[in-house]
Amino acid sequence: MTPSSSIAAPGAVPGHEAHDDHGHHPSYLTDGTTVKSWLLTVDHKRIGIMYMAWILLFFLVGGIFALLIRIELLTPGPTIMDAMTYNRVFTLHGVVMIFLFMIPAIPGIFGNFMLPLMLGAKDVAFPRLNLLSLYVYLAGAAFAIWGMLNGGLDTGWTFYTPYSAHTTTTVAPVLFGAFIIGFSSILTGMNFIVTTHTMRAPGITWFKMPLMVWALYATSCIQVLATPVIGLLLLLVTAENLFSLGMFDVARGGDPVLFQHLFWFYSHPAVYIMVLPAFGVMSEIVSAFSRKNIFGYRAVAYSSVGIAFVGFFAWGHHMFVSGQSTFNAGVFGVLSMLVGVFTAIKVFNWVGTVYKGAVEFTTPFAYFCGFLFFTVFGGMTGIAVATVSLDVPWHDTYFVVAHFHFIMVGATIMAFLAALHYWFPKMFGKMYHEGWGLVSAALIILGFNATFIPQFLLGNAGMPRRYYEYPERFQALNVASTAGASLLAFGFVIIAIYLTYALIYGKRVDNPWNSKGYEWLTMSPPPTHNFIGPQPTYPEEPHFYVDPKKAEGEVSDV
Amino acid sequence: MSDLANQFLFLPERASTFAERVDFLHYFVVGTTMVMSAGVGLAALFMFFRYRRREAHQHTEYVVPDLKTEFLFVSVPLVFFLAWFAIGFRDFTWFTTPPKDSMDVYVMGKQWMWKFSYPEGPNGVNVLHVPANRPVRLLITSRDVIHSFFVPSFRIKMDALPGRYTQAWFEATKPGTYQVLCTEYCGLSHSKMLAEVVVLSPEDYESWLKEQQRGRLQDRQDALADTSLVPSVARMAEQGQKLVGTQGCLKCHSVDGSRHIGPTFLGLFEREEKLDDGQTIRVDEAYITQSMMDPGAHIVAGYQNVMPTYQGKLQGPESAAIVEYIKTLRTANVRETASEGPAYDPIQ
Repeated sequence: MTPSSSIAAPGAVPGHEAHDDHGHHPSYLTDGTTVKSWLLTVDHKRIGIMYMAWILLFFLVGGIFALLIRIELLTPGPTIMDAMTYNRVFTLHGVVMIFLFMIPAIPGIFGNFMLPLMLGAKDVAFPRLNLLSLYVYLAGAAFAIWGMLNGGLDTGWTFYTPYSAHTTTTVAPVLFGAFIIGFSSILTGMNFIVTTHTMRAPGITWFKMPLMVWALYATSCIQVLATPVIGLLLLLVTAENLFSLGMFDVARGGDPVLFQHLFWFYSHPAVYIMVLPAFGVMSEIVSAFSRKNIFGYRAVAYSSVGIAFVGFFAWGHHMFVSGQSTFNAGVFGVLSMLVGVFTAIKVFNWVGTVYKGAVEFTTPFAYFCGFLFFTVFGGMTGIAVATVSLDVPWHDTYFVVAHFHFIMVGATIMAFLAALHYWFPKMFGKMYHEGWGLVSAALIILGFNATFIPQFLLGNAGMPRRYYEYPERFQALNVASTAGASLLAFGFVIIAIYLTYALIYGKRVDNPWNSKGYEWLTMSPPPTHNFIGPQPTYPEEPHFYVDPKKAEGEVSDV
Repeated sequence: MSDLANQFLFLPERASTFAERVDFLHYFVVGTTMVMSAGVGLAALFMFFRYRRREAHQHTEYVVPDLKTEFLFVSVPLVFFLAWFAIGFRDFTWFTTPPKDSMDVYVMGKQWMWKFSYPEGPNGVNVLHVPANRPVRLLITSRDVIHSFFVPSFRIKMDALPGRYTQAWFEATKPGTYQVLCTEYCGLSHSKMLAEVVVLSPEDYESWLKEQQRGRLQDRQDALADTSLVPSVARMAEQGQKLVGTQGCLKCHSVDGSRHIGPTFLGLFEREEKLDDGQTIRVDEAYITQSMMDPGAHIVAGYQNVMPTYQGKLQGPESAAIVEYIKTLRTANVRETASEGPAYDPIQ
């Protein structure tokens, strides 16, 4: 363990010599070991770890249901369940993965843990509110899961009216659960926004914030602005379902498509709630493992805000064939293209970051490679489905399923796993086995492609989504997809095994990557109040790997 | 050439004028995506190798892009995206504007079938006959929830919304049979909501139409000739047999004893059924009629409450005819085996 050598960075941090006495300062993990000290903690790091425990559990649940879906689709007719069960299973898969995993995963775990560290703050702005948001999330999850076990709903996670208002399954508890989870999302978002504005350590100006912070900030803005819309909408549908209000019922002057507008007004930006933090993680990782400053830092930072902004004006591209006017389709089509441009800026700048760098091919970097592919391919297919005439045959087919799994799930999972491996030593002070890390990364990237590339082709062939049975000509591709899914699952099992092993028997480390990210300026795992001694100051910009002796006045342009 | 591309991309047969336009843009977009992904990927791989790390604490140069590079990053994708948008929007406008001389067909989706009716012609369930090389405008609506009318070979799709008409049009280019699928999730049998478009040559279409109209005429004359006020039981059962077909009963109920979404009609009459609340009921005229009008009142154990009501959709004599038909399906040995898969045979 050589903390001082690994942090002997240019512009050494005052107070950082205190690292030498690890033994005298307990880390956040050992500072209080009672159950109560965890459940009632206001430490952002412990809250992040508790989020991690729950989110991983929900990921397991959602993943098991994904496998059940894939097994059912092995044969054209019924395979292991009846149609009603299948409809409930894919709904459950969607609801759990979206609301309980994808949306809170990176902000809830790594945002909570890293944001204050990256800003040189002792905690988030409202520590108690932070704890509350965890319990609100769990309360919502409890409601939703209780509803799914007691009857379950068969609407799909999109809850489209009028079906969701008519179905005989129990819709209300699940919608109410999602409504509660929304509050958790809003609280976390508010907390992050205020933290970013008010808790930055001296020296951290807006354009010296790590790009992860920029991404979390943009994400939080979406959460605070968009989530109330779906909250209200879910209440309306619940009321419609229970009391037949007529909001979405044509017979009483309502409009079924109104639901879709309100739903996508949240749910399209929600896609960016999922991928923007992923983009942030990747900026950190590409910089750390190529030991380079981010090529075009400002462009990447601005593009996060740009995506958050235009993300609000693209919702109509989910409704090209819903009978909305041709003019509307054109407007939403062209606005959707802008999201693609902002994402392209990021991709090019990430690749540019490697230029003249010093690449170390580690597990997190392997996930960066997978991420690059999923983002480019997933993003480009996103542009393809936003191209109005092409969306006509593709809409609601497996092409769309494959597209959103590529960009939303693929990119986010890559970032989630990259973050998990990159920050594992930071969070627990232990190191995992690099060889197994690379093997499982290869399995997962391969498995993911094998699962979803056949689904693009299924969509081309015309197989609609949410199909329990399908004409026989689609079988070969479905079998291929299921085979890929089992490979993917296998990869996750390996990760679970070696990370658990590392947690217990892993080698003690402090900064195994020699990373200069701000969060590495304190010891690993960090002490309860993040820094020992006076608050550090930050003379350099983040992602700075230049030799200080040569740094004077040396800027090479491209 | 394009056939090869279609095979490679798993695209179905191209059978409408719109399909030709869509496929052209499809190749362009997919081609660019492939080239771009490969370009970014190869550039990245090259650099991972070229700039691999040589020592643990290696310092690097401070490299920032100049304005020209960033401008390139923005403008190149923007130009491509806007070009796709422009072509796509032009084609979409074409798709949403049916020609004046197109032939109209009304399409109604309901759980879980497609009904077609021609202003001057016959009605049909799940089979749409149209002539080739003539624009056909579909006026689409739904009776219950949102459905979506999708013909992969024509590359067309349009949602069916309750209380509103949407329109789509196509011009089929070659005779044949093409599958129709529902792409908006609409409940239990969403994946069974299949239909087909039969494209006939103009001459075949004319003779098909004549045939249909003759049938209607025949029916009318029969009705006039029938002087008895009370139809014989045999005739009612016959009418009932037609009705269970046209009303879609057979989408969920079989007549050969096999288990489906609902109980089989074979041997149903006078059977003792166990209900899901534990009670037993004897199937008589009253119960069958009640099940048509208020399907949720008594559910047979082991089945879901998914049947739509036929209150107001069936007239008195019609429901009576269905009861009479079910009465004729009495048998001593009922097979209670599992469903043998979808009743639908895929189109080859």
